[in-house]
Amino acid sequence: MAAPPREGRILSTGRIEINDLGIAYGANSRRVEAVRGFTLMTMPGEFMALLGPSGCGKTTVLNAVAGFVQPNAGTVVVDGEPVRGPGADRGMVFQQHSLFPWKTVLANVEFGLKMRGIKRTPRTSQARAYLGLVGLAGFEDAYPAELSGGMQQRVGIARTLVNRPRVMLMDEPFGALDAQTRLNMQELLLNVWREVRTTVIFVTHDIDEALFLADRVAVMTARPGEIRDVVTVKLARPRPAEVIATPEFMTLKARVLAQVREESARVLPAPRR
Amino acid sequence: MAAVPGADTAPLVGAPAALADAAPAAPAGQWRRRVRRAASLGLFFALWHIATEWDLAFYVRFQNIPTPAQVLAEAVDLFGTAGFYVHILASLERIWLGFAIASVLGIGFGLLIGWFRFAEDTLFPPIELLRPIPAVAWVPLSIMLWPTERSSIVFITALGAFFPIVLNTIHGVEGIDRQLIRAATSLGAGRAAIFREVVIPGALPSIVTGLSVGMGVSWLCLISAEMISGQFGVGYFTWVAYGIVKYSQIVVGMLVIGVLGMLSSALVRAIGARCMPWLPRRAKDGS
Repeated sequence: MAAPPREGRILSTGRIEINDLGIAYGANSRRVEAVRGFTLMTMPGEFMALLGPSGCGKTTVLNAVAGFVQPNAGTVVVDGEPVRGPGADRGMVFQQHSLFPWKTVLANVEFGLKMRGIKRTPRTSQARAYLGLVGLAGFEDAYPAELSGGMQQRVGIARTLVNRPRVMLMDEPFGALDAQTRLNMQELLLNVWREVRTTVIFVTHDIDEALFLADRVAVMTARPGEIRDVVTVKLARPRPAEVIATPEFMTLKARVLAQVREESARVLPAPRR
Repeated sequence: MAAVPGADTAPLVGAPAALADAAPAAPAGQWRRRVRRAASLGLFFALWHIATEWDLAFYVRFQNIPTPAQVLAEAVDLFGTAGFYVHILASLERIWLGFAIASVLGIGFGLLIGWFRFAEDTLFPPIELLRPIPAVAWVPLSIMLWPTERSSIVFITALGAFFPIVLNTIHGVEGIDRQLIRAATSLGAGRAAIFREVVIPGALPSIVTGLSVGMGVSWLCLISAEMISGQFGVGYFTWVAYGIVKYSQIVVGMLVIGVLGMLSSALVRAIGARCMPWLPRRAKDGS
């Protein structure tokens, strides 16, 4: 098997600048502002979590970086280039069911390389290396439907990373998994990210998940979403699973939880007294 | 059941591969079901035999209907003559030609109409207009349109198969998960690659359904057309047998039509399954 791809040097790519982003859906009276005045910047190789109550526009921000939606206001700039549409330099890992069902695991991971016109032999060896990285060596010929949800998400991560994107966009990638699998996947993601250093924007509504994974956690307001606070997580890496029980973690969690609860309360009607 | 290679060596996170199909039914239960099915067929032939042997007539009249034994004897006779094969081959050739033309046009038009708005606006309205007309109603016009009897019958056969194929293809394209298209674009796929790598395989299950329905309809149309106009074919043979009072031949013709229709549908399904190895095999298969 080919050596796992390793990125030792300081990254120079993966700087994302989201400036005064505004996105609305629908027209006239049905117009809904999903995001307004959203500004956020990531450093190359940074793991950024985007946290907020449901419906706050987290996914909309991610879709704007991916190029799936066009902003009504503001700009998204990746390494100095404005985003104009989708591209392989900004890979997306979806919540679930985004593998091509008719392609084997190997062919799914090879897809991006095939699109770049890379020949079969180097394509296959690269895809195999990334499958090994996510612990799926031996599953090359399986079809997605034959895999568990967690394994499918690992294929999704390998399929994105094999393109060496400037940024990996993750839209609640573990949200559909059971609690134990989710914990395992979080650890696996951090291990993979240590090997293949790339900027990550990770959307979640799970506070523990955001704090466990990220260098910084951007807390969003209720809709129309903007940044409420950016919390720097100074927990040492590699982070063991037990880190979530430490006082430092608890302090951060209390701070973030208070903010998220406040924002959720603005969406839900206040309880009757 | 498909085994996942290396399932015991790779580190597992999450549940092991969920290979959906339940274990096959117990052998004892299988045998009981086979016996029941055989008994059902046996009862059918017994009733046929009794009704025709005793010349039952209670509003429905069985006096002129041949017995199973007469039909069997007639079949043995017919399959010993070269002339019968000429009819079968004529029908098979028309089915093959008509179905092939309908498949190419139906899948091609369906993919275009389903994917491109311009194609939908320009190609779909006439299809919608003509669709409710049963293909058999085209027989007189078809005779005028086409220079030979063979071409006019192939036309009817293709016409019948075309509509289910084109509609199911459109349906398949429109049902493709938008997220898969997004995934493809964020992996660097352009428009042509999306069409080739996502739209066509994504629509394939629906296309195969359309082909399967289309095959059934094309037999229906072929036999009707052969009965109305023609000098060859199993449909023609069956109709002529009525005219020349060879009642056993009618039933042989009907049975041949049924068997050929069944075999061609099975062939379409088998080729379809071969083209879609990712679909889980059904434990309870129709045939």
